[in-house]
Amino acid sequence: MVSPMSIKLVQFAILCAALSGVVGLFVRRSSLVGQRIATLMMVFGQVCGIAGAVSFFHSGEVQSIRLSWPAAGDSLVGLDALSAFFLIPVFLIGGLGSIYDLGYFPQSLHPRNGRKLRLFYGGLVAGMALLVVSRHALAFLFGWEAMALSAFFLVSTEDHRRECRRSALIYLVATHVGTLSLFALFSLWKWSTGSFILDPAAGAGMSFGVVTALFLLALIGFGLKAGIMPLHFWLPGAHANAPSHVSAILSGVMLKMGIYGLVRVLSLLPDPPGAFGGLLITLGAISGLLGVVFAIGQHDLKRLLAYHSVENIGIILMGLGLAMLGRSEDRPEWVALGMAGCLLHVWNHALFKSLLFYSAGSVVHGAHTRQIDRLGGLYRRMPLTGTMFLVGAVAICGLPPLNGFVSEFFVYVGLLESGISEDGGGLGAVIAVPVLAMTGALALACFVKVFGSVFLGNPRSESAANCHESPFTMRIPMIVLAICCFAIGLAPALLGPVLDGAIRTWNGGATANVPGVGDVAPLREIGVTSISLVGAVLLFYLFMAIRGRRSEKAGTWDCGYAIPTSRMQYTASSFAKTIALMFGWALGTRTHGPRVEGSFPEPSSMESHVDDAVLDRLIVPLSLGVTRWFRWFRRFQQGLTQHYVLYILITVVAMLCTLMPFDEFITRLFER
Amino acid sequence: MTEKIIHVALLLILPPLLFGVIGKTKAWFAGRVGPPLLQPYYDLIKLARKSMVFSRTTTWVFRAGPVVTLSAALIAGLMVPLGALDSPIAFTGDLILFAYLFGLARFFTTSAALDTGSPFEGMGSAREVTFACLTEPALFLALLVLAKASGSLMLTDLLHGPAEGFSSGMVAPLVLVGIGLFIVLLAETCRIPVDDPNTHLELTMIHEVMVLDHSGPLFGVILYASSIKMFVLGSVLLHVAFPFKTGEVWIDVSLFVLEILFLSILIGTIESVMARLQMRHVPYLLIAATLFCSFGFLLLVR
Repeated sequence: MVSPMSIKLVQFAILCAALSGVVGLFVRRSSLVGQRIATLMMVFGQVCGIAGAVSFFHSGEVQSIRLSWPAAGDSLVGLDALSAFFLIPVFLIGGLGSIYDLGYFPQSLHPRNGRKLRLFYGGLVAGMALLVVSRHALAFLFGWEAMALSAFFLVSTEDHRRECRRSALIYLVATHVGTLSLFALFSLWKWSTGSFILDPAAGAGMSFGVVTALFLLALIGFGLKAGIMPLHFWLPGAHANAPSHVSAILSGVMLKMGIYGLVRVLSLLPDPPGAFGGLLITLGAISGLLGVVFAIGQHDLKRLLAYHSVENIGIILMGLGLAMLGRSEDRPEWVALGMAGCLLHVWNHALFKSLLFYSAGSVVHGAHTRQIDRLGGLYRRMPLTGTMFLVGAVAICGLPPLNGFVSEFFVYVGLLESGISEDGGGLGAVIAVPVLAMTGALALACFVKVFGSVFLGNPRSESAANCHESPFTMRIPMIVLAICCFAIGLAPALLGPVLDGAIRTWNGGATANVPGVGDVAPLREIGVTSISLVGAVLLFYLFMAIRGRRSEKAGTWDCGYAIPTSRMQYTASSFAKTIALMFGWALGTRTHGPRVEGSFPEPSSMESHVDDAVLDRLIVPLSLGVTRWFRWFRRFQQGLTQHYVLYILITVVAMLCTLMPFDEFITRLFER
Repeated sequence: MTEKIIHVALLLILPPLLFGVIGKTKAWFAGRVGPPLLQPYYDLIKLARKSMVFSRTTTWVFRAGPVVTLSAALIAGLMVPLGALDSPIAFTGDLILFAYLFGLARFFTTSAALDTGSPFEGMGSAREVTFACLTEPALFLALLVLAKASGSLMLTDLLHGPAEGFSSGMVAPLVLVGIGLFIVLLAETCRIPVDDPNTHLELTMIHEVMVLDHSGPLFGVILYASSIKMFVLGSVLLHVAFPFKTGEVWIDVSLFVLEILFLSILIGTIESVMARLQMRHVPYLLIAATLFCSFGFLLLVR
């Protein structure tokens, strides 16, 4: 047998990532050597990893190797089209993030927490790559926990800030609830199939109850990580408070590990009922709409981007739900379109969300604030960051000619196909179409608001006026990502074979032959139209630029008002006001002040907050109530060492008692 | 080939005439003589010859606004069948690209408005994106009903309807969708009762206030692009309102021209007999459009 080259490369990449931060621990705190070595190892390793995944797409044969792991039977590590598909964003964003790190978080400026950041950043990337390639439940959980715990330490990088500690702890609780659910999931899998190996063939002949239980456990466990709407509560805080390149990989890639888990487990389940697909589409529609509505209400640039991840996860789920419906109803073309939308949006979201977080990080780096209403006019000082943010914004709104449009197109066409089909099997899916349309329009409103008030107009504060462009190392990753966004948007036909492979692997359990993506969606025509759109825009723009060469410069015509100040500009809050009012039932905006009394009012101030619906209105009050009930437990916790020794003794005796049968224990006790 | 040339020629030449007809209709209602029918063309030529003034605050985004809008509107115009003519660009799912092209135009128009840093233009763009959140679902529901009725996801087939014509059971849904689409048309092209293009008060406008700072050829591009937008959305509506064709190219083309001019007279009449809605009442009208389209869908699948 030929040596499985691709998987060797992937293993090497995982090893490089895991070890990248270790060297830094042994050099001086203020020295830059450790950081440079870490970046070098990361970039080299990730290039090897991407090469491995790409070479897999070339050869196309499924590879697996058996690693000896006596504790849990042999562990299997394998590479199939689905794994390779998810590996690419892990390695790409992982590598780019470590380059970005050089400029954004230099060790010399962060001697206290820089080494910790790099150690766990490597751990996060390695954990994600491991869980994607493992075919054994325990190895999967090992990778999962490596990822989850590294992410906790990464979120708490700047743990001198109270807000940051709070978000990190909320994240830790959320991720462990999810892991608990995964323990249950894999135990149930072991119980019903007799092995920890995740093999589609093993699932045949499961009872309906087991399949449903597995589905629901996967939905909770992976849904918590992916940030599906009611389970998203940990996400905005964690992503906003992490350093920007960490936010990028958390939002762009780690959430997708939840999606990967869901996709993998769903591919293992035989004969899913239609209700699974329906539930996924409904959850997707809720996440999509409410995610963007909450994003519109935010004043913090990174928090806003984090809520947009919830929206995009919603779109991904709609695609996945449609593919599940297609499997239940035996409609291979729905499977192809839904899964293509789901998978491609995973890539696309990784690309443009990382791009947006990198440019947001660049804004934070240059202007030292995340408050949208204190920024403005940054484009003049930071043209590259501004352009990159614009590319990301157009892409995330799903507008042609960028990549976001292509994946949303798949989801739309799939949903519409299911809606117009004669037997009406997917009629429910059609409710999702107007929701998706509204989500798109709201996302557009949100990003016009952000781009307009951060980069355009006049600076609203001193720090915005004195901002500076980011260093070279932060600009390179942004440019690479922007090029990827354009490439997928202008030439989607190139991705056809890659998507086909992943979709067939996913649908491996089912017998139906899935049509190619290129056969059900007009990729070539989209590409040509997008290219002609870009061409037309460039042509007209060039013409206008030549025509306006010697045009006059003047002040903005404020309807005759002569001395406007930058504070008179429309703020982001006022921009979003009407939409926030329309969705007041969900947002529940709290406003304080202003108090204006008398003919000559005193100076006053006004502020407004949008709390998270689930965290601040449900989980926090609920946990406070539960804490009150558990107060009586404190009687056992007196702080006296003697008491604790007594508890240990009681426990040991109780455990010893279980070692022998009960009647024998009684007889021995009363022997003498 | 002839049909394609006619399509492109109609798309490029006819749109400004709609504004001329609307102006004439309004003048007739007001008892005035009004500007000549070809006035919009004279305006465009005049603007093309003027020089431009740019605000010191602006960046290239300000110039990109009109340019992107024009390109998007032209490509969208190539995707829509005009009367009996098939569209030059057609593929499965082109209706999504069609709707999203207007989204792209909206993104850049509103960004260009914010680029000036003026509070008035900020107001206009906030209103534009807010109301679009309500028109977009209506548009998609309308297209969905038509797709369901014709069984195709290609705009040409979808708007021309099934080969044997719409069955009698589809009349009620099509009437509802027609009303919904008409409201979408008025909102998207910023006409009364949603927006008043002729008001004196910048505070009460939507589209016009966004383009206050554009001048000369750039402003001409904006006028031209918005007339194309009206023309394109109008021809979508005409397929629902007058689904007749004779099979003879020249008769069909003249019929289409008459229909679209009639539509402009209708818009002009509405502008003459109605007042603009209060800004806070506009969402009700747009939600009504969504409801019309959803009832149309329910009637179709019941």
